Amino acid sequence: MHMADALVSPAVGGTLWAVAGGLIAFCGRKVRRSLRDNLVPLMGVLGAFIFAAQMINFSIPGTGSSGHLGGGLILSVLLGPYAAFLVIASVLTVQALFFADGGLLALGCNIFNLGFFPAFIAYPLLYRTIAKGQYGTPRAWVAATVAAVVGLQLGAFSVVLETTASGISELPFATFVLMMLPIHLAIGVVEGLATAAVVSFVAQARPEALPAAPAPAGAAATLRPVLIGLAIAAVAVGGVASWFAATHPDGLEWAMAKVSGKEELAAPAAGIHQSLASLQAKTALLPDYGFKGAEAESAAAAPAAAEPKAWPAVSAGKSVAGIVGGVMTLALACLAGLALKAHSQRRPSGNN
Amino acid sequence: MKFADWTGIGRMDEMARLASPVQRLDARGKAVVTLAFIVAVMSFPRHEVSALTPFLLYPIALISLGRIPLWFIVKKTIVAAPFALAIAIFNPIIDRAPLASVGPLVVTGGWVSFASIMFRFVLTVGAALALVACTGMNRLGAAMEQLGIPRAFVVQLLFLYRYLFVISDHAGKMTRSAELRSGGRPLGFRLYGSMIGHLLLRSMARAERVHRAMVARGFDGRIRVLRQTRFQWRDALFICGCLALFAAARVWNLAAGLGQLLAGGAS
Repeated sequence: MHMADALVSPAVGGTLWAVAGGLIAFCGRKVRRSLRDNLVPLMGVLGAFIFAAQMINFSIPGTGSSGHLGGGLILSVLLGPYAAFLVIASVLTVQALFFADGGLLALGCNIFNLGFFPAFIAYPLLYRTIAKGQYGTPRAWVAATVAAVVGLQLGAFSVVLETTASGISELPFATFVLMMLPIHLAIGVVEGLATAAVVSFVAQARPEALPAAPAPAGAAATLRPVLIGLAIAAVAVGGVASWFAATHPDGLEWAMAKVSGKEELAAPAAGIHQSLASLQAKTALLPDYGFKGAEAESAAAAPAAAEPKAWPAVSAGKSVAGIVGGVMTLALACLAGLALKAHSQRRPSGNN
Repeated sequence: MKFADWTGIGRMDEMARLASPVQRLDARGKAVVTLAFIVAVMSFPRHEVSALTPFLLYPIALISLGRIPLWFIVKKTIVAAPFALAIAIFNPIIDRAPLASVGPLVVTGGWVSFASIMFRFVLTVGAALALVACTGMNRLGAAMEQLGIPRAFVVQLLFLYRYLFVISDHAGKMTRSAELRSGGRPLGFRLYGSMIGHLLLRSMARAERVHRAMVARGFDGRIRVLRQTRFQWRDALFICGCLALFAAARVWNLAAGLGQLLAGGAS
């Protein structure tokens, strides 16, 4: 459920970047203050372990499908929430950078969805409460399954919220929820069982590798970041949601959040635009088209109050020009690429 | 994700070591410009396609000036596409309002926004991959720290990256030996638990050895990255030029302008 950049608006992506950045800074400070000096290499290697473990699948009997470890929960069990959050964030960053698995603008969303919920909700509130420091007992298996399921459900729900608030996908909120949650219910059960299996193996083979029964920090200490995180998330979500609630009283229609990026960005653009429009009319190299751009933009920005169907008010001539121009631009971009490539190969490069 | 993909990562680091004008640019500048690029691309309204086309110039310039094999980026982009595709494909189904007609063919809003999502996907993923391929993880990490990202996180990233190859190589050997012994039967759940458990214990033991070796060499909790690039005038030029280009392409529909110029303003 790694979100891609192509479905996230700058407003949503930026908000969650801020939230994830705050959490990373907070966890970084917590980790630096902890006295386990072997934590730095341990975290790094465990991040790499999660990558490797995700590539090994086990078969699920009777279904023909296979499952693997997700990562968030087992890291929290092994490292505690703060270090685990940093490791998850780093795994997601490497996945985004090297595999294009989840985008850069969406990185904040992904870190929040896949890191915050397992590390700060599912682990401290569910896993620790249910497992009570036991490993390998039925209680621990139940704890892992419940925590994994709830963590993933919250994450999946948050994916839906973020996608809907971005307003790039047309999927209605309810349909999307009904699509995401059942899938992630199954994934959550599989992840919970896999986590419990690995933890109980380690508890048998080398119990000293696991943190001792009473986990390092008390409940009060772990609840605070949860509350802070929830407060930040609530303010962020509330801020975005209330904004749409104002223009769209009919609840779920705030999927029309497409206004999001625009209200912010079109206004200054229009400002610059006005001043440049006259200048452009004089240069006349591209006669008349800047003005049309303004029309298109204001037409697109208007539907906030009107019905969402306001946008088809695009003249055919303009779309033809758009298509011709688009194709030409693509061709030009490719030509430029070829030229640049030829140029960079022809010239003797420095020390290579 | 398969083990074979790992060679791909290694290749990206090799590309980052090539000497070309793009590789020589300061990593901070490239990171900031790429982020600005993604934000600019994603700030367009839902049904925009033609105005996005000029943005293709940026990833293409990085790829061709950086002498990165185009096919390499394309392959990675295709591999990553399913999620965006799975969500975007609902747009044509849900949004059936006709937007324009080309001859007998009626184009609905959903198909236009679908095309827009997929094109944006290519743009954003291409730019991000090109950034990494022409910068490399170590310099990117150094840039992140200079840009104010918490050091604990940067150290974690660089560590993770360094051990990625070691641990996944190990996991590859373990799966291969399990496959050889199982005679083609799929890996069962019980076996899975102990196999991953072993991998975990071995990884932790390795972390312990790494830690001792680091302490013996005077590790004090921070990783010192060699600062290979310094901020020069050409970096400033690169940043300003790219940002100006993005701003221009965001404000004006350059492609439609070109189209009108060619079609003689017939609208």
